[in-house]
Amino acid sequence: MSQVKEKEIQELSDVTVRFAGDSGDGMQLTGMQFSDTTAWIGNDLNTLPDYPAEIRAPAGTLYGVSGFQLHFSSVDIHTPGDTPDVLVAMNPAALKKNLSELKKNGSLIVNKDAFDQKNLKLADYQTNPLEDGSLDGYEVHQVPISSLTANALEGLPISPKEVARCKNFFALGLMYWLYNRPLKNTEDWIQLKFKKNPEFIKANTLALQAGHKFGEMTEVFTTRYRVEPAKLPKGTYRNISGNEALSLGLLTASVKSGLPLFLGSYPITPASEILQYLSNYKNFGVKTVQAEDEIAGITSAIGASFTGHLAITTTSGPGLALKTESIGLAVMTELPIIVIDVQRGGPSTGLPTKTEQSDLLQAVYGRNGEAPVAVLAARTPTDCFYMAIEAARIALKYMTPVIFLTDGYLANGSEPWRIPHAKDLPKIDVKFRTEKEGFFPYLRDENLSRPWAIPGTPGLEHRIGGLEKAHITGNVSYDPDNHDKMVRIRAQKIKNIENDIPDLQVEGDTEGDLLVVGWGGTYGTLIEAVTQARAAGYKVSLAHFRYINPFPKNTSKVLGKFKKILIPEINLGQLSKIIRSEFLIPVEQFNLVRGLPFKVADIFEKITDILGGSNGK
Amino acid sequence: MANNVEVKTAKYTAKDFTSDQDVRWCPGCGDYSILAQVQRTFPEIIETPKENVVWVSGIGCSSRFPYYMDTYGIHGIHGRAPIIATGVKIANPELSVWVATGDGDLLSIGGNHFIHSCRKNIDIKVLLFNNRIYGLTKGQYSPTSEKGKVTKTTPYGSVDYPFNPLSLALGAEETFVSRTLDRNPKHLQEILKRAGKHKGMAFIEIYQNCNIFNDGAFFKLSEKETKDDSVLILEHGKPMVFGKDSSKGIKLDGAKPTIVDITNGKYSKDDLWVHDEFADSPAHAMILAHLDDNPDFPTPIGVFRQVIKETYDAGIARQIEQVTGKKGTGDLEKMLLGGNTWEVN
Repeated sequence: MSQVKEKEIQELSDVTVRFAGDSGDGMQLTGMQFSDTTAWIGNDLNTLPDYPAEIRAPAGTLYGVSGFQLHFSSVDIHTPGDTPDVLVAMNPAALKKNLSELKKNGSLIVNKDAFDQKNLKLADYQTNPLEDGSLDGYEVHQVPISSLTANALEGLPISPKEVARCKNFFALGLMYWLYNRPLKNTEDWIQLKFKKNPEFIKANTLALQAGHKFGEMTEVFTTRYRVEPAKLPKGTYRNISGNEALSLGLLTASVKSGLPLFLGSYPITPASEILQYLSNYKNFGVKTVQAEDEIAGITSAIGASFTGHLAITTTSGPGLALKTESIGLAVMTELPIIVIDVQRGGPSTGLPTKTEQSDLLQAVYGRNGEAPVAVLAARTPTDCFYMAIEAARIALKYMTPVIFLTDGYLANGSEPWRIPHAKDLPKIDVKFRTEKEGFFPYLRDENLSRPWAIPGTPGLEHRIGGLEKAHITGNVSYDPDNHDKMVRIRAQKIKNIENDIPDLQVEGDTEGDLLVVGWGGTYGTLIEAVTQARAAGYKVSLAHFRYINPFPKNTSKVLGKFKKILIPEINLGQLSKIIRSEFLIPVEQFNLVRGLPFKVADIFEKITDILGGSNGK
Repeated sequence: MANNVEVKTAKYTAKDFTSDQDVRWCPGCGDYSILAQVQRTFPEIIETPKENVVWVSGIGCSSRFPYYMDTYGIHGIHGRAPIIATGVKIANPELSVWVATGDGDLLSIGGNHFIHSCRKNIDIKVLLFNNRIYGLTKGQYSPTSEKGKVTKTTPYGSVDYPFNPLSLALGAEETFVSRTLDRNPKHLQEILKRAGKHKGMAFIEIYQNCNIFNDGAFFKLSEKETKDDSVLILEHGKPMVFGKDSSKGIKLDGAKPTIVDITNGKYSKDDLWVHDEFADSPAHAMILAHLDDNPDFPTPIGVFRQVIKETYDAGIARQIEQVTGKKGTGDLEKMLLGGNTWEVN
């Protein structure tokens, strides 16, 4: 190896990187590999995959651009970063779509080879941005990624097309060099992934190494960066996405309750991965059914619940709409099921691959009749694990459907997870009714739950169904007073859950000028913005809901301690509506429905707007 | 054949399967006969303790059925009975799972679940109460109503063509395809027993009279004067003979059935089409399913086709067993620690 000039190493506390390219360029894979390696060497991190619904849109087009943003650090972070410090653009379309997001003076790494006439035209560039001065103000690194990859792979028995597909590994290798990351993690991954194709192992590994070496040798880069490991609590960690954490949570609930897991589901973005993950765990007794439609997904789960399984269905907004009537059946039959809605942009098919919080009202109210259910929401990717267990606990204890909301951002985003020990996770008590004496299907216990008597239990043969049931006996009843009574019992049963969930926590002082109130996947952004505003002297705190129906018992008290309430949501104010109607208090809203997570700066600005200049400091 | 196995002495009686609920169908409804034949034959059919029996239904007159059976039961929502039943069966393959459904429930709103249940060969028994009308909503036409039928929603006659439920089932790879009628209790009992013994999904189309909204729809097949000439009783391995004094038969020329007289010496039983329930191809069963498209032909009843292959629930159980055998019973701690981990000290 020839002697190269020692490069300067600069220390950073946090960096936001975005990889962008064609949907066929492997940007999601590149981003995930960078994330895994970054987590593995001990940085805190948070990711935001951002890809189109089309699988492989025509190459070079603007609508085919796929992006993956990650934020990593030596300090505690909660968001994927507002604006990237570095943008890796694999073609002109990727540059055009992402440049406006890049930080002023940010660093830009472009695949120079891709900036030909054809691609420039596809991206609607009249002139080549690499030559016309429009990138002045950015630190531009033009790297001929395609040709350097081709050079590195020369002589390998693979087609030019296959060579071209290795260029993301070149880019990844270069980024590993730039940010001082080891190649090993990705090299191991390549070995595993392509174990059936030794030539691809060779090609991708060579491309990765070539990218790394290029960083070292070239004059293009004069500085490389170091981000020290974050000071995380002691323990064993893994990097995990929301969907995977959720799947593990459901499995844990199955083990801890002693009930076999049944998942009836129909593939839908961004929830399909849960069905994919869980179908692997057959040695845990998991039964997965890829049903013929959304309704079959939930109704098969209702059948399995009747038969004593931990029954689950997973979906996104359009699927939740289809399952509505069946949720009503589970309300009426008082059977435990978990309905998981990984929210995406709506209405209708909407923005399948983007995130949104607009299914809240559907979850809380969207059924015919008085059909109350418990509604929970996870706040971070790793929280999906714990709230999945909570969803199971509540469903089983209260014999009720539980709607568990996550969203596209939580589902695909990942963060380091301090893995709990199986033995430290609490057991979930389940009792099936077996005594014949005094049995009625709609008897009530102290929580108003009815007994769970499953087929196969001698002497407890009984019928349940969607028709109104007489109190206690469970016979079909059209009696007016009975109906009124049953409607109230079902409502009270859900209300009783409030005695069994943690209080609403306030982060910051428990009284002050402004309480920011959030729910679900916006937690990271909100806590970061509130922390910044507090550091700037504002009297602002955060209360973030994970339990939405019922609300924690202390909610009214918490809200009452603040002069103003601000509810930011990625919808047009759905939690705001519920809070206003439940507590008869005025709230301010902040709503931005772009299919993307909020930016910390937006929330910070709104907080300072409301508290105004020095007012409130 | 699994179907011809002698049943051991029953320990239950019809009464054991009768619930304490008042039956609320219209007097004279064909559903009463179906309920009675089920309760009568169940002591013979059910080879498991009765707590292992589950009845599932959807919506419609027929779907009240589970309330009248003293077994476990779910009265579900419209069209979803087969898939609710699928969930029950997968959760506990030891259970004997039965579905009561109607032509609207199974073939209109629940059509999708029906064909997919057939395809999957889930081990449930589906009784289609086909009265060719919507009863519980008071007299609208159904997906099995004949074209041109005048009903409350088709005052000028319906313009759509009906489903042929057996043809649909055969097309969906159903493994037990049969037909019987409410007013032939003996035959209904026989078919119930056969279906009960079938390992896999069993589908029984039961022609059922709705005496309020579609009275007499199948009388041709049940009344003394007409039934002999109108019904062809299928029996495996036997030539297809029908008509008063067994005077007529069905001859198959290629794919074309013809009716022949076997009394005039020109044709004998030896010339007739011999029914084969277990034929590899569904083609002949399909011809039979469409036999009475031509009104000159009789309507076949009996078992049209039976296929033995792995059931869906058995497939799921087998995979769990195989994977567990290979990987060992799941260990939660190990599962949580899966993936790329690192230590922070």
